[in-house]
Amino acid sequence: MENKVLNMLEEICGTDEVKNDRDINLFESGLLDSLGITELLIRIEEELGIEIAPTDVEREEIETPNKLIGYLNKRR
Amino acid sequence: MIPYSGLYFFYILSIAFIPLILLGLKGKPIKKYGMIMNLFMLLLLFGGSKIQTVCLVLFYSGQLVLIRGYIYLRRKYESIWLMRILVALSILPLVLVKASPYFTSWTIGFLGISYVTFKSVQMIIEIHDGLIKEFSIWDFTYFLLFFPSISSGPIDRSRRFMEDINKTFTKDEYKRYLDEGIRKIFYGAAYKFIFSALISTYWMAKIPEAKSILNTINYMYAYSLYLFFDFAGYSLLAVGTSHILGVNTPENFDKPFISKDIKDFWNRWHISLSFWFRDFIYTRFVMRALKKKWFKSRYTASYIGYIITMGVMGIWHGTEIHYILYGLYHALLIISTDFFQRKSSWYKKNKNNEGFNYLSTAVTFNLVCFGFLIFSGYLF
Repeated sequence: MENKVLNMLEEICGTDEVKNDRDINLFESGLLDSLGITELLIRIEEELGIEIAPTDVEREEIETPNKLIGYLNKRR
Repeated sequence: MIPYSGLYFFYILSIAFIPLILLGLKGKPIKKYGMIMNLFMLLLLFGGSKIQTVCLVLFYSGQLVLIRGYIYLRRKYESIWLMRILVALSILPLVLVKASPYFTSWTIGFLGISYVTFKSVQMIIEIHDGLIKEFSIWDFTYFLLFFPSISSGPIDRSRRFMEDINKTFTKDEYKRYLDEGIRKIFYGAAYKFIFSALISTYWMAKIPEAKSILNTINYMYAYSLYLFFDFAGYSLLAVGTSHILGVNTPENFDKPFISKDIKDFWNRWHISLSFWFRDFIYTRFVMRALKKKWFKSRYTASYIGYIITMGVMGIWHGTEIHYILYGLYHALLIISTDFFQRKSSWYKKNKNNEGFNYLSTAVTFNLVCFGFLIFSGYLF
């Protein structure tokens, strides 16, 4: 699951920064914008089967790759 | 009466706050007193006008029936169409109020109807998403008709609000809320009654009436700064007042004039509104468009999403042409910024350069001010 999430992020953000620094803030660094987060939610649903409504999750809860993985582990 | 408009309002507000503050400082629950005080403040704000009172009561009852009913229906039906019908019904009063000048000479509605409507629509959508399953009617009433933010926001979210009012604060926690609240109220008062008033009296009012290019540019900057201090000041007053009631109403402004690009600006200006549009229109539209593959490129989906979102944002302010143009102007800015940032290798090379950031901030400031010039209606 960890790898799946990291691959997803790499593709959506278009850079491997997310793999090298798993505590990078995805929003402040500009890697994930409104379109990016929408794509992320769709792919999480398609590939991991976890359905997350847009206002179900606060941005702070998933602002770094590590936090996102932690959040998804809890939701599974 | 218009909230935060004069000494009389603040006088009554301070007196009404005394018992609540005493309760809070003793570490006792403040919710019940807060609810009674809310009702009393609503009477003060709307009681003077029969039409406003009737409209408010009708609006509230209608929304209550819709939302309560939907909680019940949602357990049986998941259909997205049911949700859409409920959203349409929920917006109907606002549409009637906005359209009323075209078919009646009456001024119907109440101050804040366009803001309160956001709160019901948001609840309906979250009920559909399965995020809201139950709520108490008292909490709902307090949320929907919360006086500090009823007339012009900030637009709060029901789950956040209801969590706040059901917290019991210790003495120290309440004291921190109170301090923060008072501090914000002072800042808000300074913004609204000193800075915005000074700009209005000594700058805007002194601009000659002739609409020359120079006067127009002058008005553009004056109006932009006036609008910021007036609205940010009002928002601080609302947030501060909420704090004293133990409610952490979200901030509405975060130094918008230092935004480094237009997307950054919408994370800093009228935040509760722009996040509402982001969460309940843009994201949902794009999600659907991508899942159903309506467009070849995901960027097209995103751009159409921006046009819809910003278009609705414009028209929500009013049906006048300058509001619609304001929305479309911002859609155009966001789309071109996004396009430029994705395609330009020059941008990618320079985006972390300090000089570039100053330039980008200055350009953004001017683009934003030009937007406010459109918004003000001065050009038409």
